Amino acid sequence: MARLTNYITKNYGKERSFDLDVYESDGGYGAARKALAMSREAVIGEVKAAHIRGRGGAGFDCGMKWSFMPKESAKPHYLVVNADEGEPGTFKDRTIMEQNPHLLIEGCIIGAYAIGARDVYIYVRHELHLAKARLWAAIEQATKRGYLGERAMGHPYPIRVYVHTGAGAYICGEETALLESLEGKRGEPRLKPPFPAQAGAFGCPTSVNNVETISAVALAIEMGGDAFSQLSSLHGFNDGGVRLFGVSGHVKRPGVYEAAVGLTLRELIYELGGGILGDRALLGVIPGGSSCPILLPNETVDVPNDPRFAAWQGKNVLDLPMGVDTFRGVGTMLGTCCAIVLSDAADPVVACRNLMQFYKHESCGQCTPCREGCGWLDRILDKIVNGKASMAELNLVSEVASNISGNTICAFGDGAAGPMLAFVQKFRKSFEDYILTGGQNQTRRLVP
Amino acid sequence: MAFSLDTEQERQFSEILSRYPNKQAACIPVLHLCQAANKKSIDDDVIRFVASRLELSSAHVLGVVTFYSQFNTVATGRHEIWVCRTLSCALRGADALLATCEKKLGIHVGETSSDGKVTLRTAECLASCGTAPMIQVDQQYYENLLPADVERIIDELRNRDDG
Repeated sequence: MARLTNYITKNYGKERSFDLDVYESDGGYGAARKALAMSREAVIGEVKAAHIRGRGGAGFDCGMKWSFMPKESAKPHYLVVNADEGEPGTFKDRTIMEQNPHLLIEGCIIGAYAIGARDVYIYVRHELHLAKARLWAAIEQATKRGYLGERAMGHPYPIRVYVHTGAGAYICGEETALLESLEGKRGEPRLKPPFPAQAGAFGCPTSVNNVETISAVALAIEMGGDAFSQLSSLHGFNDGGVRLFGVSGHVKRPGVYEAAVGLTLRELIYELGGGILGDRALLGVIPGGSSCPILLPNETVDVPNDPRFAAWQGKNVLDLPMGVDTFRGVGTMLGTCCAIVLSDAADPVVACRNLMQFYKHESCGQCTPCREGCGWLDRILDKIVNGKASMAELNLVSEVASNISGNTICAFGDGAAGPMLAFVQKFRKSFEDYILTGGQNQTRRLVP
Repeated sequence: MAFSLDTEQERQFSEILSRYPNKQAACIPVLHLCQAANKKSIDDDVIRFVASRLELSSAHVLGVVTFYSQFNTVATGRHEIWVCRTLSCALRGADALLATCEKKLGIHVGETSSDGKVTLRTAECLASCGTAPMIQVDQQYYENLLPADVERIIDELRNRDDG
């Protein structure tokens, strides 16, 4: 039975939930006060114990990332918050910025202090106008009350927070592209190393963290790192705490829900999401944003050599707890933890084409395999959907996708190739039907 | 006449610069400011202005402008309608919303209505998947829509007295 929590979302829906007084009436900014009375190392220690896996999609441990920051250096340090939410199917960070912006600001204070930064940039995608306005207003309120500014929370430690805006480019959610964009350039990802902890924003040590990750830090400091981690049923996988789960597409109650890490897809789709629209059958689910390979309802967990998976070995993937490592183990990714649900009314070939149009549009063009490959995938899928492709071209899809994977500077290419290969492999008969009959046996639509 | 900013916009320009350790970092926010001040588009005058004020080459500024989808290099309608076309919205009827927009406005995606009032575009995922399908009109999100809602929104937009 899915159990909702309300640490992040407790003020959602309340009148003026974005206001400082509302936030403080419930103990808000207590965690920042607590953190600034601790040593930097102790703060990072608590965050490590909380096992906060990056909520932006990569799932990297937040405390670990912070520990890579130099202790002392001649250069300034920066904390950059990734609020460039744009992964198809993902709509959770927006709710924090719009409805609980002070939780993020409080997390920024703690994060900046922990990594030795004085300046924090929240990189918000341009289209999220309400989120930007709410954040600027929250910064102003927090500054007036002395939580930000020359003496943050009354301590002799200056912290300034700024909202920086992009201009419409999905790739700027990639952390090094985001840094390029922050520096006023085209958002083309950088080669790593150097990693941002060595040379990030303006050539200085930088930590880039997702909105929800930074928000979770405030919760972890408030209740203690280990207590936060223990909320999760995947504490044993070092995947702690609570997080936001999104569900969209063909479900009765799409939306954002907060629960402990370890919820299953079945709980997300059938309990929180209210089941499939029109009580139809489930065709497949893209677990955490479009870059995660699709899962079918008849797939089973097959990780025989890892004892941590013993409890789920042979069971349906829909009953596997949603975690960074559990989902990696079954050949997909947890990503942003926002699932896109397709009922059997949806045509998988049309769905796949929709996604590849996205990747073609958003490839930044820097690396040839991705720039050309995403274009090829889009053009071949166009031919397939229009019944003009040959079997050889269907095989070309796999070849092109395979040639993108691993041959690009950033993970965007893999994010396009992985789902493409999964669609062709798992729905091969549907693709073949388009080639042989023009798709006569397919629904040829996405809407029920 | 060469492009310039008025007093209030100059104040905003200075405020933007104060946020960053160097002038280049202000490039994107300043371009947003200038685009808004220049009838929602960026021409050669604006590029020269931004390059000169931020001590960048015009080539750098043009490179930035052409990289991002929110910068317009051609004339744009006084209002912009963005219809999200990506999967979560498509699964809930984005195609029908787009068809309604095209029919009602009498234009295709990428075009501007003949009175110069509305430019119609498609958008990639606007982080509104739980309230799909949706459109964005200028800075406003409209969510959980049916085609009839879009007709009403367009009527309201047309009746707005903004020249």
